Amino acid sequence: MHELSVCQALIQQLESVSAANGGGRVELVRLRIGPLSGVEAALLRHAFPLAAAGSVAADAELVIETAAVEVQCADCGARSPAAANRMLCGACNGYRVRAVSGHEMLLESVELSLPAAAYA
Amino acid sequence: MCDTCGCNITDGNRYLVSPGGRLEQTADGRAAVTVLKSLLDENDHQAMHNRAHFDARGILAVNLMSSPGAGKTALLEATIEALGDRRRMVVIEGDLETENDAERIRAKGVEAVQIATGSACHLDAHMVHDALHRLDLEGVELVFIENVGNLVCPASFDLGQHANVTLLSVPEGDDKPAKYPVMFRAADLMLLTKTDLLPVLDDFDTVKAEQSLRLVGSAAPVLHVSPRKGSGIDHWVVWLEGELIAQRARVAAGTTRRPAIQSAGATLHAAEPAAGVAAHEHPHHHGHEHGDPLTHPHSDDHDHEHPHAEDHRT
Repeated sequence: MHELSVCQALIQQLESVSAANGGGRVELVRLRIGPLSGVEAALLRHAFPLAAAGSVAADAELVIETAAVEVQCADCGARSPAAANRMLCGACNGYRVRAVSGHEMLLESVELSLPAAAYA
Repeated sequence: MCDTCGCNITDGNRYLVSPGGRLEQTADGRAAVTVLKSLLDENDHQAMHNRAHFDARGILAVNLMSSPGAGKTALLEATIEALGDRRRMVVIEGDLETENDAERIRAKGVEAVQIATGSACHLDAHMVHDALHRLDLEGVELVFIENVGNLVCPASFDLGQHANVTLLSVPEGDDKPAKYPVMFRAADLMLLTKTDLLPVLDDFDTVKAEQSLRLVGSAAPVLHVSPRKGSGIDHWVVWLEGELIAQRARVAAGTTRRPAIQSAGATLHAAEPAAGVAAHEHPHHHGHEHGDPLTHPHSDDHDHEHPHAEDHRT
């Protein structure tokens, strides 16, 4: 439900990344989204064109990498994959784990059409 | 916000995107800019500002989250009755429409601001900031933020609070944490509400409810309350008083606490060689934060089944 507001915040960031780098148009946006972030990649893909319309990123391609949930056990130290609603250590089944991956809601990188200013 | 990584590209280092610069051109002649910022960077920035505002006044800010109708406002009414004569508090109410909840709080003699979000399904840091400017914070010790009733979206937005309290009401069923893992992982305390209905809704298993919370990787304490019958409110008040003491200690030490709201910025720094730092902890909390049992697992003095929460910060 809140993917549209997340996309609107993303467009603002893209506008400032573009402005800080010579004003080129945004051609490609790379995001990293984990299952524990509370944001759905599929909904972001749908919301992105709506939020991007008329902006510097109107024609941008959106690439979303999903991150796997991974936990590290505080008891036995093992690192293992987990599911969002089953955050248990894969080795000892303990629940004293911390998520080392899965929270990502990250704007990783942006590709801009190269502005003339950058060659100066 | 990632100033420490040096990944913010400004006019001063635009030469980096020039041919041969550190940020190489892509094969098809584009400039590739590494950003590495949370998608909610703007919100996180405002939340930091709100938190600094609270800290400067020694205020503890608590964010209440649950489904609609789980009893957030009833909990606040009972809290005012139990604590109102000892602690000065104000309430920020979030709902899609109406002033109803704020009026219920005002009827108890506590100042309240209603944020009508229209169709937005959550509060964000900017809304809370605007609400704070409509409140008289002189002498206030506690700010309660009653989020929009929703078990999904509010978990993603930092508001500047110090602690998240997630309510699970008995009629909702004991498997709610398994269904909404992101929300329940964000909780610093889970309150089981409407416990007076347990004898009637006898398929609700309180042990299962707590196990369900553990399975989403949370070591947060669980308290049982029935604001309507007044039971368990004393334990909740003890928890609040403990949080208030912890907040004052943080303020005195010049530190603060960001609750377990999901944050991509923190994930970034999890790559730093700082063993024992949870992925959701902001880096400047190192060595000061004892509030998160996932960050500082201490199996000897933290009993997750302990009904009282007063010792979980020690």
